[in-house]
Amino acid sequence: MAAVFTPIAPRRAPAGTTGPLAWARANLFANPGSTLATAVIALVAVLAFPTVFRWAVSEAVFAPDANACQAARGVGACWGVIAEKWRLIVFGRYPFEAHWRPELATILLLGLVAASGLRAFWKPWLAILWLLVVPAFFVLMAGGWLGLAPVPTDQWGGLPLTVMIATFSIAFAFPLSIAVALGRRSRMPAIRTLCVLYVELIRGVPLVSLLFMASFLFPLFMPVGKSPDVLLRVMVAMTLFAAAYLAETVRGGLQAIPAGQVEAARSLGLTWWQAQRKIVLPQALALVVPGIVNSFIAMFKDTSLVTIVSLYELTGALNIALNSDANWRPFKIEGYIFIALVYFAFCFAMSRYSLWIEKRVSAGKAR
Amino acid sequence: MSKAKSWWRSQAFRGLAFQLLAVALAAFAIWYLAHNTLANMQARGIQSGFDFLSQPAGFDIGESLIAYEPLNAYWKAFLVGVLNTLRVAILGIVFATVLGTLIGIGRFSRNAIVRGICYAYVEWFRNIPVLLQLLMWYLLFAEYLPPLADAISFGDVVFLSKAGLSFPIPTWGAAGFAWSIPHPEGFVMEGGVSASPEFLAVLLGLVLYTSGFIAEVVRAGLASVSRGQVEAAASLSLTRTQAIRLVIMPQALRVIIPPLTSQYLNLTKNSSLAVAIGYPDVVSVATTALNNTGRAVECIAIVMAVFLTTSLSTSALMNWYNRRAAIRER
Repeated sequence: MAAVFTPIAPRRAPAGTTGPLAWARANLFANPGSTLATAVIALVAVLAFPTVFRWAVSEAVFAPDANACQAARGVGACWGVIAEKWRLIVFGRYPFEAHWRPELATILLLGLVAASGLRAFWKPWLAILWLLVVPAFFVLMAGGWLGLAPVPTDQWGGLPLTVMIATFSIAFAFPLSIAVALGRRSRMPAIRTLCVLYVELIRGVPLVSLLFMASFLFPLFMPVGKSPDVLLRVMVAMTLFAAAYLAETVRGGLQAIPAGQVEAARSLGLTWWQAQRKIVLPQALALVVPGIVNSFIAMFKDTSLVTIVSLYELTGALNIALNSDANWRPFKIEGYIFIALVYFAFCFAMSRYSLWIEKRVSAGKAR
Repeated sequence: MSKAKSWWRSQAFRGLAFQLLAVALAAFAIWYLAHNTLANMQARGIQSGFDFLSQPAGFDIGESLIAYEPLNAYWKAFLVGVLNTLRVAILGIVFATVLGTLIGIGRFSRNAIVRGICYAYVEWFRNIPVLLQLLMWYLLFAEYLPPLADAISFGDVVFLSKAGLSFPIPTWGAAGFAWSIPHPEGFVMEGGVSASPEFLAVLLGLVLYTSGFIAEVVRAGLASVSRGQVEAAASLSLTRTQAIRLVIMPQALRVIIPPLTSQYLNLTKNSSLAVAIGYPDVVSVATTALNNTGRAVECIAIVMAVFLTTSLSTSALMNWYNRRAAIRER
C-alpha cells in the first residue's frame, strides 16, 4: 500500500512589503480611520483644487498691466503687481538708479553669513573677513565715499534693511550674550543679580515696547540737543533684545558642560578666565550653534516689527510701494503672498541648516 | 611665584571689587539716563508724572469688555486695553494649545497624508513673521467678507460679515435662562455677541502662528517617550488612543510643559502686534495716550509693567503646574 503523493496547493505569496502598492496600504489605508482620512482629504483636495488653480494660475494676470488686473479682480490673482513693483518692494525707497549698491552689499553680507555657518570656515581669518565686510556694507549703503552718492538712512529699506538688522543685531548681541550668560552663572551675587534682571526684564516685555522705547525714549536719554539716528536707535533696541534671548541659549550650553571640565582646568593651574576661554566656551558654543541659528531666524522674522516705528524693511516697503499707487493698491494680497514667500524661503532654509548642524554637533555623542 | 600673595590679589578682594565696579557702573548708567531725561524734559517743556491717569481720556475705544466712554479717565482706558489684551491672549492660548496638540500628534499619524499636512502646516506658519500674518488676515477680512446686509449665515444663528463674527450667548434675565440670538437689523447686529474683524484677525494670526510652535513642542515631547512604553501599552492591548492618553501623554507632559510655557508667554507678548491693525489692546491705547499727552516715559512704563506682570504670573502658574506634572523621583 504505497502512499500516493498528492501535492497541496502552495501558500499564496505574502502581500508585498515593498513597492508603491504596499506603501499605500501601510500609509494610506492601514485601518478604517486612516482610509476615511485619506478619502476626506482627497475629496477636499479635488473640490478645492479647481478654485485655487483658477485664481492662482489660469485666470491670473502675470503681465504688469493694471487694466488687465482690474478686469480679473475677484476671479484671478494679479501677479503683475509684483512684476511692476518688485524693485520698490525689495529695495524700499532707496534711490532707484543706485539699487546695485544695496544689492551688492546684501549679497556680500549673506555670503559672509553663509560662510560663517560652515565649519570649514571657522578659522581666525573669518573674524577678519567680518571686519572687512561690515564696513564695506555700510560704505555701499550710506555712500559719501569713493565717489558714491550719500544716501541717508531714512531711505534705506526693503530686504537689505531686513538682512542688515537681523544680521547685525545677532552679531553684536553675541559677545554681549556670552558675557551675560557667564555673569548669570557667576558666584558674585551682585553681578548675577544684574544679569538676571537684564535678561528677565527684556524677556518679559514685548519687542514692540522696546521699539517704542527706541523711538520715543532714546532721544530723551541722550544729552540735551543730541538725538541719534532712528536706525541706530532701533539697532540698539534689537541688539539688547536679541542678547537677552541669546544669553539664555548660551547659558543652556554652559550648563551642559560637566563641572569636572572646570575642575580639571583649575587643577592644571588655569585661571577662571583661561578655563572659560579655553575649555568651557569652545565646548559650550559648539553645542549652542543650532540655538544661535534659531535666534537668528527669530530675529529675521522680528525685523518685520520695525515697520511699526517707521523703518521700511520688507513689510514696510510693500506698504509704501502699494499704498501710494491707486492702480495697484487693491492687489496687496498678492504682494503679501510674495513677501511671505521671501520670508519663508530664508527662514525655512535656515531651519533646515539648523537641523543639519544639530546632527553634526551631536554626531560625536551618538555612538 | 614664591612671592606671598598680596591682599589685593586675593579672590575675596577681587570678587568684591568686581561687584562694586559693576554696581557702580549700572548705577551711573541709570543716573546718567535719568539725568538726561529730566534735562530733556525740562528743555522741551514735557510734563511728567502719572497724574494724567485721572484726567478724561477724550478718545473712544472701538471695543471694550467694560462700559467705557471718552469722558472716562485715562486709567479706565488703560484698563480697557489690558482687558482686551488678556481676552485675546487667553482665548489664543486655549485655541493654540488645542490646535497645536492635535497637529503635534498628527505628525505621528499612520496616515502619510495627515503626516504631510501637519508637517507642511508647521513649517509654513512658523516661518512667516506673525506680524505679516496678522496684516494678511486683517486685509482678507476687510476686503473679502460681505457687508453686514449680506452676512454669511450659518443656520441663521451665527453670522460672518465685515462687521465681524456674531454668535449666540446664553443670558440669565428676569425670564430665567435664555439664548440671545443675533439677527441683522439694518446696519447693526442685534442680540448675541459680536467679535470685531480686528479681534478675529489678531486671534487667528496668533493661534495659527503659535500652534505651529506648540505642535513642535508636543512632537518633541511625544518623541521623548521611549518606544518600549508604546510597545508595552500595545502588549497590554490598549488601543492607540488609550496608549496616547494614558501612557504617552502623562510622560511627555514633563518634557512639554517648560517650552509650552515660553510659547504661552510669546503669544501674550505677540498680542502687542495688535497695534498694527488697530485692535485696541493695551499697546494701542498706550500709543494713543502717548500721542495725546506726550507722556512717553509713563505710557511705555505702563505697557512694560503690564506685560511683566502677565509674564511673571503666567510663568509662576505654569511652574506650579509643572511641579505637579513632574515625576517625583525617590
